[in-house]
Amino acid sequence: MVKRLSVIDTERCVGCQSCMFACVRRTGHGGLGGACIGVRSAGGIRRGFLVVVCRACADPPCSKVCPVDALPARPGGGVRLKSELCIGCGNCARACPFGAIFWDDAADKPLVCVYCGYCADYCPYQVIALEDVAPEVIP
Amino acid sequence: MNADGTLHRVLYIDLTRRRSEVRERPELFRDGLGGTGAAIRLLDEECPAGADPLGPDNPIIMAVGPLVGLFPLASKTVAMFKSPLTGNLGESHAGGRSAVAIRSAGYGALVIRGASATPVYLSVDAHGARFRDASALWGMRSSATVGTVIRSREAGAGVRSIMRIGRAGEQMVRFACVITETYRHFGRLGLGAVFGAKKLKALVVSGRRDIPVPDRKAYRDAYDAVYHAAVDSPLMKKYHDLGTAINVLPLHAAGALPTRNLQSGQFEGAEAISAEALASGYLGRRVACTHCPVACVHLAMLRLPYPHDPYFYKTLMIGYDHEPVYAMGSLLGVGEPAGLLRLLDAAEIHGFDVMSAGVALAWATEALARGLITLADTDGLALAFGDAETYLAALSRIVSQPTDFYRALARGTAHAAAVYGGADFALAFGGNEMPGYHTGPIGHLGYLVGARHSHLDNAGYSVDQKIAAKGEHLTPEQAAETLLEEERWRQVLTSLVICLFARGVYDLATVIRTLAAAGVETTADALAATGAETLRRKFAFKRREGFDAAAMPIPRRIVETPSPAGPFDEEYIRRGIAHYMARL
Ligand code: SF4
Repeated sequence: MVKRLSVIDTERCVGCQSCMFACVRRTGHGGLGGACIGVRSAGGIRRGFLVVVCRACADPPCSKVCPVDALPARPGGGVRLKSELCIGCGNCARACPFGAIFWDDAADKPLVCVYCGYCADYCPYQVIALEDVAPEVIP
Repeated sequence: MNADGTLHRVLYIDLTRRRSEVRERPELFRDGLGGTGAAIRLLDEECPAGADPLGPDNPIIMAVGPLVGLFPLASKTVAMFKSPLTGNLGESHAGGRSAVAIRSAGYGALVIRGASATPVYLSVDAHGARFRDASALWGMRSSATVGTVIRSREAGAGVRSIMRIGRAGEQMVRFACVITETYRHFGRLGLGAVFGAKKLKALVVSGRRDIPVPDRKAYRDAYDAVYHAAVDSPLMKKYHDLGTAINVLPLHAAGALPTRNLQSGQFEGAEAISAEALASGYLGRRVACTHCPVACVHLAMLRLPYPHDPYFYKTLMIGYDHEPVYAMGSLLGVGEPAGLLRLLDAAEIHGFDVMSAGVALAWATEALARGLITLADTDGLALAFGDAETYLAALSRIVSQPTDFYRALARGTAHAAAVYGGADFALAFGGNEMPGYHTGPIGHLGYLVGARHSHLDNAGYSVDQKIAAKGEHLTPEQAAETLLEEERWRQVLTSLVICLFARGVYDLATVIRTLAAAGVETTADALAATGAETLRRKFAFKRREGFDAAAMPIPRRIVETPSPAGPFDEEYIRRGIAHYMARL
């Protein structure tokens, strides 16, 4: 069964961004550049945090608007980026209602979750988890 | 040397000319590591001798270090400036998102020079600084609203820091703070007044660049060791569960919780304002600085009715820590949580260093009771221990300064006592107001000899507690040696820049290992030498600006009010100071 990252409970999120650092570290770097998960305040820290992740849509809007088929839908939900095809038009990022497609300014290409779950291992508060995509959301 | 060249980039921002430029300064970070070590070198270069702390010549330095953005708990920014409160070395640390934002924008340090003629805020990113008009933000009642406005106008949500001042900073209250991410502060020594004097309302920094490391595997392994030490071991559990206010009850029990301007070390209201009581009755959310899995920031939720509008309520989220609970709680005799929380909220809204503000009000309360000042001086406010409502009004008066008395108080407790008398019970050390520990002579010695006159310089309060537990006694000379060794090592930690709460996680071996993973090869000896040199430079700056350790007043109150360490005298402290300064 295919996996996706799931947000269990944003109210427990403390905003440490350990998940974002983990996403970048997976690729062998430090810092926050290139993170495919985003944590930001929900309008000021007193209101808590938003955790923006790709929810691996069964029928992904980002995929449908890509003019060069660089974001084919993954069987079972979500997408795979074919970087070599991407022309950097940004349609996918605009189409995602969650803002879960991030942008690599240097390469001018999208940053898309690969559903590996590395970030979840570093969330100290079990806000996020890798889980099986529920069969009922698959058409 | 650091593998990542971006740490070497210093962004120089000139408020007078509205220009910014980047200069490569690798030697700063090679010799001083970063943070405190880099900042004191920049301050030496930038701050002319005898500069007016509120004049355009006083620079603001902000520096981060080689571990920031790479490792957990390396989460702080070091600010240096000449302090308008003490007229000497100003150094203040804050977390929030500030450190990672500065490094991710591609800088190791920012230097802010000059002054703007009109209110301005700065927006800093990888491309440099932009100067934005802030005249409409100037004079806003609440520092929180300033954050809200800037949040909606600037890019970089999630990867930015919004550092701003409140009205206290605008009015150049000498103990005004700079607020970052609402609940963290460059609290001590008056950076907010320096911002205000420069007409600098806020500083926004954003960036999201990555940081290369020499060896991916070594980096990940070192990371995991630190991460697990932080989250799995009991090392940081203390701050994790109840937050720093966990200290309130034990200090009270020991007789070390300064109460009613330190007329006592025990507070009958301690239970009600303890971390335990605040957690069970008010804790509404836990928050962390960027890259800190511990999340020590505790926010209390306080629901307040509108007095004249039935069924209208507002719900405030108010940060609390040990020092604020001491300063606005026990020290003012406020043992009622709602009153305490409202005072903390007011300090945040106005933008005060809550510790200095509490000490100033405690001194004023006693000065009024003793007839050194009158109700005419206080603008009719009958300051009284335990009366939170009147203290709320007094905090507003320190901002609006309707009388000479409030103008004097806005210059700090030591200054006000110099004008009105009452120096014996003015709880200031080297001009900086007292922290919340009356543990014994070594704590007080630590405040006096510390370069920032802060309990975090050398943790004398913890030495008092440790030797008390063992039933030991230290001579003043031994105490001074212990403090000096600690303060030197802390220069290393605050150069990297590690949160000092994580000092147990970052032992020497871990520091060397994480630095190696960041591309900085070093040795124990080299680190020790760097720490000692950084401290030496801080004191060289202090002496240049007129610091005279032997002339520092010691408030009589600290030797009169019994501490857990038993009786001690001024002589003990003077000998400790003399030895410390001689050994520097
Ligand atoms: S690691 Fe967990 S708690 Fe921290 S920001 Fe990410 S989701 Fe929130």
